[in-house]
Amino acid sequence: MLTFTVRRLLYGVVLLFVIVTLAYLLLYAAAGDVGRTILGPTATQATVALKNQQLGLNSPLISRYFSWLGHALTGDFGSSWFTNQPVKTAILTRLQVTLTLVFGAVIVSAVLSAVLGVWAALRGGWVDRIIQVFSVLGFAVPGFLIAVFLVRIFALQLHWFKPTGYVQMTYYFGGWLRTVTLPVIALSIGLVAGVAQQVRSSVIDALRQDWVRTLRSRGVSERSVLFKHVLRNAGGPALSVLALSFVGLLGGAVIIEQVFGIPGLGQVAVLATSEGDVPLVMGLVVAIGVIVILVNLAIDLLQGFLNPKARIS
Amino acid sequence: MTELSATGVLAPDVTSDIRAARSHLARRFLKNPLGIAALSVLVLIVLAAICAPLLTSYNPNGVSVLSILQGPGAGHLLGTDGAGRDVWARLLFGARYTLAGALLATVVAAVLGITSGLVAGYYGKWFESASSWVTTLLMALPGIVVLLAARAVLGPSLWTVMIIFGVLLVPAFYRLVFAAVSGVRNELFVDAARVSGVSDLRIIARHILTVVRAPIILQASIVFGIAIAVQVGLDFLGFGDQSIPTWGNMLNDGFTNLYRDPQLVIWPGLAVVITGVALTLFANALRDELEQSARPRRRRRAAAVTAVAATAADPVRPENDTVVHEEPSSSAPAPLLLHIEGLAVGYPQADGSVTRVVDNVSLDIRRGEVHGLIGESGSGKTQTAWSVLRLLPAGGEILEGSILLDGEDLSRADSAKMRDIRGGRIAYIPQEPMSNLDPSFTIGSQLTEPMRTKLGVSKTEAKARALKLLGQVGIPNPERTFASYPHELSGGMAQRVLIAGAVSCEPDLVIADEPTTALDVTIQAEILDLLRELQRELGVTILIVTHNFGVVADLCDRVSVMQKGRIVETGSTRSLFADPQHPYTRSLFDAILDESPARGAYAETRS
Repeated sequence: MLTFTVRRLLYGVVLLFVIVTLAYLLLYAAAGDVGRTILGPTATQATVALKNQQLGLNSPLISRYFSWLGHALTGDFGSSWFTNQPVKTAILTRLQVTLTLVFGAVIVSAVLSAVLGVWAALRGGWVDRIIQVFSVLGFAVPGFLIAVFLVRIFALQLHWFKPTGYVQMTYYFGGWLRTVTLPVIALSIGLVAGVAQQVRSSVIDALRQDWVRTLRSRGVSERSVLFKHVLRNAGGPALSVLALSFVGLLGGAVIIEQVFGIPGLGQVAVLATSEGDVPLVMGLVVAIGVIVILVNLAIDLLQGFLNPKARIS
Repeated sequence: MTELSATGVLAPDVTSDIRAARSHLARRFLKNPLGIAALSVLVLIVLAAICAPLLTSYNPNGVSVLSILQGPGAGHLLGTDGAGRDVWARLLFGARYTLAGALLATVVAAVLGITSGLVAGYYGKWFESASSWVTTLLMALPGIVVLLAARAVLGPSLWTVMIIFGVLLVPAFYRLVFAAVSGVRNELFVDAARVSGVSDLRIIARHILTVVRAPIILQASIVFGIAIAVQVGLDFLGFGDQSIPTWGNMLNDGFTNLYRDPQLVIWPGLAVVITGVALTLFANALRDELEQSARPRRRRRAAAVTAVAATAADPVRPENDTVVHEEPSSSAPAPLLLHIEGLAVGYPQADGSVTRVVDNVSLDIRRGEVHGLIGESGSGKTQTAWSVLRLLPAGGEILEGSILLDGEDLSRADSAKMRDIRGGRIAYIPQEPMSNLDPSFTIGSQLTEPMRTKLGVSKTEAKARALKLLGQVGIPNPERTFASYPHELSGGMAQRVLIAGAVSCEPDLVIADEPTTALDVTIQAEILDLLRELQRELGVTILIVTHNFGVVADLCDRVSVMQKGRIVETGSTRSLFADPQHPYTRSLFDAILDESPARGAYAETRS
């Protein structure tokens, strides 16, 4: 188990290294005249040259890359070109907001999908059909459109929730709830659609297995057959779908944050990429890469818990 | 957002078995009403996009300060937007850009993904490992962030953005094609083609591409939907090319005017939703048809179908002409444990008829005996055994007759009563050891669970009993096996564990459904020895279902021969072997003389 964890972690680190390297080289190669971009068209050539020198842009790309990498390993990701705020601060303050949304959506989706999927698999009939229709809609309608309609109805019309903004959970819990509920719903719907569908079909599949008959032949109660044995076996595939969707969920959060005006990573992403603030973009790449790798590792471990065969390979 | 979540949507196993039915796929798809409706809607949308200039006289970019935010009617069919542009015209021309953009992304993803998937799957080697690395890499990138970065560097062109997104979506096709191709690479027909000198290129085109054609169409429709969602999303954020009309730009305009004119969001929103739903329904219908054509080829289902078909083709004869061998009257017969009288089992069909797989079966099993139930595949012996446990597969039911266990009728017992009886009084040893243990739990936990509920013993006591049982069934290291998972055991070991489980709660009757069929010949003898020993030690009664006269001769006191859902001959093993009277029994004996028993044995499990 330990070697498995270490190996997955190493694999993740290598992957992160490749992504970061590619991103750095591509971004700087395409960045053009950075000093001019920062200072604008009115600045004199001399100030632009000075700015470039201050930013260390005169040394060759490769040596700049290794210097950045060295600093990054110690936790120093430089400062934003435009605001001079340290990249680490800019990202960490927003990261927590985005993670709240994304993990909120993951938890809500996991619970809802399990309930709906099992229900559909067992009951069949109209329950199943309603869940099927819901799945099609959830899959077909982009999250941000759902967000727009949620804002329109529940925030502007009914005033149940705030249309924009974000309140810290620790600052005022009720206010936090009023700001995060709609974004989390908007993020969750597409995910629930996919995962519930997967839970449904894996539960149906597991119920058809031979060992279910054998368990029943031993007089094991129906509740234990279903909730202990079948659900544990059906959990693996559903978890895979959830894991595959996680990266998409981060992307979805970028758009959803814009709709609700939430100061998360999405806001940094939009700002940094539109201004061409390369240090900030690099910080983003690292942050997202680390999250993705950690989440995949967690899912692998959970997968190993659910499916003993996965522990060895 | 559903972005990238569909990368693994299509399970590779769906693709592996579609070969046989692929030619019928298109025809059957045309009979699926939902699929046809979805396809028609898609065609209509595409036609509207192509014929846009014919359907409106307005310029989609025609800004007019005088006619800002007008309602529907009054010259503008759907009104005007925040810059006075005609909404209907923008919707039509927007379809052109939005659909063309999504198409571009899909084509890029498909061309790159299919090519690399084919090469990696067919030739393997270093290209395979390199490709799977790149795939993992691409899948770890959040699409939106990459696109935002690309836009910052390369500018807001719709086409550039969609090409890059296409590259990000390559894994969707790569994984699909790779799985399918590596699946067929070593199939006989591909080998045959290779041996007969067909070039690689032609093999790929003729034999491999056709296998993945339908799944590719399915994946393409999913990817197309994702591309629309992402592109609309980017434009909606205001990161698109504002100079062209797209649904996303319209949504962007609508969102900024959300307070003033909410219906500006409605029209492009509706366009996106309708297109998305149509694409999803189309994909679902295609997937349903694909899975349908794959299903009959799956093993278990196939066996069930032939079993039912065999009996359905030749209706069960109602008359009772069972040959009964009279008992030798040397000793008084033991009391009856199980008495089955006139049992009929059937599966109601969709057309209202009932397919009977067991009809008018009567069977007496005496306390302490080993009774063999023998017959060919599909003769109804397993169905009879499952009826006694009341564990018939979904759809099967007991139509007539009674099953008396010590005089108590099980055929009408409620489920609580049956739960009491199963495990405690009647136990079951299945045919296939490996598939009859829950792969997610240890052997120990699966052995102790019934004991704790049935016998009400403590956890430690249950463990002690389980270890003792494991030793009794001849497992060399009970402690280790107790802590193992099913996949860590061999087939013979697993069958011993299942036997231990069956006798764990001290049942009166053990039903063994072909307990040796799935095992190696050497292990078969050991398992039979074990059953004989247990029977002698514990004094349980055993009903053993088999199609092997060797097993019967080895183990059974009495035997009943079953054919086409009926018992045709019954009696003591000795007299039945000495003087088989029913023609079917004789033909079974003849079959053994002609061929090795193993041949018969494999016919059922591999069907």
